[in-house]
Amino acid sequence: MSLNNQLESEYSGSLKTELTLGLPGGAQAPKSAVKRGFSDTVDLNLYTNSEDEVNVATHTQPPPAKGQVVGWPPVRSYMKKKMMTVNCKYVKVAVDGAPYLRKLDLQIYTSYKELLVAFQNMFTCLTICNVIANESKIVDISNGTEYLPAYEDKDGDWMLVGDVPWNMFVESCKRLRLIKSCEKLKLMKSSASLETSSSTSC
Amino acid sequence: MDPDPNKPEELPSNSANNSHGSTHPPSPFPDEVIEKVLSYINSHKDRSSFSLVRKDWYNAERWSRSRLFIGNCYSVTPEIVARRFPRIKSVTLKGKPRFSDFNMLDWGANVHSWLVMFAKVYPFLEELRLKRMTVSDESLELLAKSFPSFKALSLSSCDGFSDSGLKAVASHCRNLTELDIQDSISEDISGTWLSSFPENFATLEVLNFASLNSEISFDALERLVSRCKSLRVLKVNESITLDQLQRLLVLAPQLVELGTGSFLQELTPRQYEDIESAFSNCTSLRVLSGLWEATSLYLPLLYGACFGLTFLNLSDVALQSGEFAKLPVHCPNLRRLWVIDTVEDKGLEAIGSSCPLLEELRVFPANPYELDPRLGVTERGFLAVSQGCRKLRYVLYFCRRMTNAAVITIVQNCPNFTHFRLCIMNPHQPDHLTNEPMDEAFGAVVKTCHKLQRLSVSGLLTDLTFEYIGKYAKNLETLSVAFAGSSDWGMQCVLDGSPKLRKLEIRDCPFGNTALLFGHGKYEMMRSLWMSACNVTIKGCTILAKEMPRLNVEVIKDEDSDDNQADKVYVYRTVAGPRQDAPPFVLTL
Repeated sequence: MSLNNQLESEYSGSLKTELTLGLPGGAQAPKSAVKRGFSDTVDLNLYTNSEDEVNVATHTQPPPAKGQVVGWPPVRSYMKKKMMTVNCKYVKVAVDGAPYLRKLDLQIYTSYKELLVAFQNMFTCLTICNVIANESKIVDISNGTEYLPAYEDKDGDWMLVGDVPWNMFVESCKRLRLIKSCEKLKLMKSSASLETSSSTSC
Repeated sequence: MDPDPNKPEELPSNSANNSHGSTHPPSPFPDEVIEKVLSYINSHKDRSSFSLVRKDWYNAERWSRSRLFIGNCYSVTPEIVARRFPRIKSVTLKGKPRFSDFNMLDWGANVHSWLVMFAKVYPFLEELRLKRMTVSDESLELLAKSFPSFKALSLSSCDGFSDSGLKAVASHCRNLTELDIQDSISEDISGTWLSSFPENFATLEVLNFASLNSEISFDALERLVSRCKSLRVLKVNESITLDQLQRLLVLAPQLVELGTGSFLQELTPRQYEDIESAFSNCTSLRVLSGLWEATSLYLPLLYGACFGLTFLNLSDVALQSGEFAKLPVHCPNLRRLWVIDTVEDKGLEAIGSSCPLLEELRVFPANPYELDPRLGVTERGFLAVSQGCRKLRYVLYFCRRMTNAAVITIVQNCPNFTHFRLCIMNPHQPDHLTNEPMDEAFGAVVKTCHKLQRLSVSGLLTDLTFEYIGKYAKNLETLSVAFAGSSDWGMQCVLDGSPKLRKLEIRDCPFGNTALLFGHGKYEMMRSLWMSACNVTIKGCTILAKEMPRLNVEVIKDEDSDDNQADKVYVYRTVAGPRQDAPPFVLTL
């Protein structure tokens, strides 16, 4: 029996997978009017595995839809690491309670305000609440959890975002973390690198 | 047919008798003649052909072969290799499929079982060259201790090792001439291994640790360089500063290949002069790389060494077009050039004007995920290079827009392409002027470039492209396809034509089981087939596996795909049977 006959007998009718010419992974879903809770955001297949592939550039102006496809363009992992450090400053962004990391290019932003908007765009369940003039908080409106943006600087110390001039911040920031407000004290005590905190809710 | 050199072929002699059996005609040549002839045959493909002629030639060949090349480590086992070739001094082994490189699979290709066998049967092993394999510290320690004559270690795109493995090599390989680590994917290697070379060790000729990101002891490096008078290749990492580099160059003006460290440092006028003259004194310098963070302020330091350069690798430094454009005029003898696309079309025009001997150009994207077509290079730059550099035969070009007309002109200017790898980064991007598919572009490439061995296609492509490839690309050995084609017919055209095809890698194309199965006879003539995000199903793969027992058909499923979907398929010929070390996410059918 020829291979093609065999093939047909394996299939009763055509079981062809649906052909999509669209980009696998898809472009970023448009922000909906209804904001999802954080756990819903986690379930979204936002681009690929959580690790180094993810790159979301968010601007205060609506960005061109950047479809991020796994392993494309075919730049070797090693070359990619080289590229990442060229003309951009990518830092990992962690959020307390979330199982995956995101990445941001700090050089795209020119102020803390833009950075906060980036967080809002990246984690669509979070909103900026301007509580006092100088202090903006980030809140998950589905459950009221407050987050404070913190960063690890060149010396390995964890600092609150907003204390130093923007350029100095970009220069020294190694990675970002949105910590739950109630965890703040714990964080400030230990300037050693932070383990992913357990999901104790506050 | 291009036989796998390590397959124990059906021997042509008609008897299982010894070679002096009455049915076996005596050899037309005495053994000494055969051995003499063999000593001139170095290519493994030629040796393979030689070994197929007669049983005694097979034996003569296997006893005299000293260099082993295995393009796919799973195509054969260490045991089979050891049985056939008793006297190997040099081994080249390649592991993971190329498209897996872009997605970090923890897939296999561990060298350890090979080293265990080599330690047993090839105690006089001198060279080991690995590509895309996992090499643990344990393996490096075994290597260091098992081969007293060991000379050359080359690790290209390998992972799995750290400082302690390298330390073992440095400390124990007394006759080491070459330590060449390219594009290592190891994250946190500390730098103490370099200090482990014994104080009286002086045989090094090649040292490349450019891709290892760690501080090393400059003191130890300086002493090493001053001892090793035969050093001709030195590629340091970013931790080495400019003035440190100057001291190394003074110690080793005989260098032929240099990879600098960081090229950004505040220099006093005196330091500047010293570095300038150190470069000018390197009259044998032909290859230059590194140059991290170099800017137009510091590039002139190189001018004294540029005249003799044949290969300039600027893929570690994103030069702006203005900065870069002044450089090519100093490098009239350039044959190979790698740059980042921040040089833009203007930079490429400078190359076209100044480097008539150029044979190879690679343009890498500074920011591969940015889709804005105003960034980087366009068809204009490629055209400009093709106009000025008629000897161009190898191109790797990442861009965001291209036209059919440009490519047609480019290959008319440069019909000698052997490697044409065009990556239009936005998937499905049509000709940006006419909005048509890019079929005619690649049609022109295969029709005009008769020597074409390697082709990567991109942009919006229909089956027509593949009809062209199948029909015209008679010397094609490697084909990479992504986001292209309209139907199974496309893939079938390629499988039906292209008689020399060895490696076919396909992703995100509408090719399904019909196409996959159409090629079943072909895959045994090839090294491998990779298909990911296509329309192939597990059922289809299973049929292929059943029909072709000498192929391994491996499937990797993505986490959330439906049951029958074969998300990643890797098919390769083998005499080793299904592999034993497949991780749980790899299904061997």
